[in-house]
Amino acid sequence: MEYQAKELFAKHEVPVLPGSVVETAEDARAVAAEIGGQVVVKAQVKTGGRGKAGGVKLAETPDEATEKAGAILGMDIKGHTVHRVLVTQASDIDQEYYVSFLLDRANRTYLAMASVEGGMEIEQLAVERPDALARIPVDAIAGVDAAKAAEIADAAGFTGDVRDQVIVVLQKLWRVFTSEDATLVEVNPLVKTPDGKVVALDGKVSLDENAAFRHPEHAEFEDKAAADPLEARAKEKDLNYVKLSGEVGIIGNGAGLVMSTLDVVAYAGEEFGGVKPANFLDIGGGASAEVMANGLEIILSDDEVKAVFVNVFGGITACDAVANGIVHAFGLLEGRGDQVTKPLVVRLDGNNAVEGRRILSEFAATAPAGLIEQVDTMDGAARRAAELAAAK
Amino acid sequence: MAIFLDENSRIIVQGITGAEGTKHTQRMLKAGAKIVGGVNARKAGQELDFTEFSPEAVLTVYGTVTEAMDKTGANVSVAFVPPKFTKDAVIEAVDAGIELLVVITEGIPVHDTAEFWAYAQSKGNKTRIVGPNCPGVISPGRSNAGIIPADITGAGPIGLVSKSGTLTYQMMYELRDIGFSTAVGIGGDPVIGTTHIDALEAFEADPETKAIVMIGEIGGDAEERAAAYIKEHVTKPVVGYVAGFTAPEGKTMGHAGAIVSGSSGTAQAKKEALEAAGVAVGKTPSETARLMREIYQKL
Repeated sequence: MEYQAKELFAKHEVPVLPGSVVETAEDARAVAAEIGGQVVVKAQVKTGGRGKAGGVKLAETPDEATEKAGAILGMDIKGHTVHRVLVTQASDIDQEYYVSFLLDRANRTYLAMASVEGGMEIEQLAVERPDALARIPVDAIAGVDAAKAAEIADAAGFTGDVRDQVIVVLQKLWRVFTSEDATLVEVNPLVKTPDGKVVALDGKVSLDENAAFRHPEHAEFEDKAAADPLEARAKEKDLNYVKLSGEVGIIGNGAGLVMSTLDVVAYAGEEFGGVKPANFLDIGGGASAEVMANGLEIILSDDEVKAVFVNVFGGITACDAVANGIVHAFGLLEGRGDQVTKPLVVRLDGNNAVEGRRILSEFAATAPAGLIEQVDTMDGAARRAAELAAAK
Repeated sequence: MAIFLDENSRIIVQGITGAEGTKHTQRMLKAGAKIVGGVNARKAGQELDFTEFSPEAVLTVYGTVTEAMDKTGANVSVAFVPPKFTKDAVIEAVDAGIELLVVITEGIPVHDTAEFWAYAQSKGNKTRIVGPNCPGVISPGRSNAGIIPADITGAGPIGLVSKSGTLTYQMMYELRDIGFSTAVGIGGDPVIGTTHIDALEAFEADPETKAIVMIGEIGGDAEERAAAYIKEHVTKPVVGYVAGFTAPEGKTMGHAGAIVSGSSGTAQAKKEALEAAGVAVGKTPSETARLMREIYQKL
């Protein structure tokens, strides 16, 4: 979010306007009073189009800032509730520019983008005025020094005193990009104020979750209030879970197979009134009883879920171990006071599938009729799970 | 023939003394791979007894990749080192001049991968890096460098390249009666070493490979670029599969690289690009296997 980007900018001495993020209207008053003069109150949500939605307001006095913050806090912008507002000094703008650093997946390196035509969505600029957007590859080892920054600034067409300031800003943004392990650092717009200063007015930073081990401080950027409650619970249990909107709960092993499972369920669901997958959940190669139980617990507590599809291919893990995992998971859930009542369709294939299916059949015979069904193929099992979900 | 890996490959394991390194060294040995040593600077000099898995396998732990290569004649390394240390392990292997380096480790910061990739380029790109966050390379009946189960299927005429481990296993299983020349798991990270295109190029040149299965997923544009490559350079039949049609925009689906950003990286765009290049694309893994079976029967 904007204020997080600005905190990281400030940490690395990228010039920003004075301001603070607050969670109450009263705190907005204090910040406005401290800044003095005209301020802007801006909703902090993970989506664009805040201005149009009424989430960005000018305020002339601390009283007015309090009133505007009160109106914006709690507002709904494209499904995101506003829990925080940023109060910053209002600034007259002489010129708007654009600069960013990002990961260039295709070329397996980094890319700098810069334009003297800022202010509009960059995707739009890239399409409408591609010549106005300079794209300069950056070597991961050489990085961005003064010479490289000058190359970027010149390619974009910055001149004079602004060019000199942009060169300094680019080097500082590069430090944000590398030392914070970012995959994107974007300033849009970078502005020139009437007194000729270049300032980062708004920005966005995307951080690499894989680098969290060397940035414990990034944990506080996580917006727990805005996260889906099921996703938050899954995260606590270290589960790789994404909530979707649908009726068939999905558990599988391996990211690719689970993505594929969602697709196969959605295809099968077309036949049953548009039944859809309810989630992504990858329990990984091991597929242990405890992980299976934790996964089932999350999925069964999703009210939308009407049936569950467990799709496991025994590669490294043998299917008998997975079957035992499912049996133990039922025991663990019962011990926690969660009775499994939604039907489960299980597809076990691969390493030791015959023994795995036998174990599960034996267990299914002791469970209420129809609670656990096995289907040998992925497509067939997906169809059955969709059918069961549609029948509920 | 096969690609990247064959019966003459001599393999060392970086991180052989860790839990994953030990477990998969055992499995690779059982599959008949020639594992000739391990590397761990802190445990150099140790002798590890793997004779339970392969009669001759008493493996020495060396302090460096260079030393291991000198003493054993190794030309392949498989890395099971923790994410924190992977960049240094890769740079060490590149400096030692290993021919093939398979990086299994998941969860490596993408800046580290971008840096070790740039480093390998700066050293003349002599080491083929596969991964990171991948299941490795298997040439069934010949050798196995990584974690792909060796008992799914045997040698045969199909070449497979995939971003996903379990979909690789699934596809090998579905086509187990036909068999594979080599299966290459290239990994699901945003930045990877060996790409779909690299594997396609090698399969096209490999006389034993008669047809190719290519598995992709959402995120980036590797599949689109592979499609353009196929159109220009691949004469062998290719069938494709793309996972992630139902993935919502802006959410990472398990693999760090599996994310639809705005309108880019969608499964639909990848499918269309592949089909435009003459690749038959299956709606499900099973349908993809059926398409390959039809092609095989006409070969």
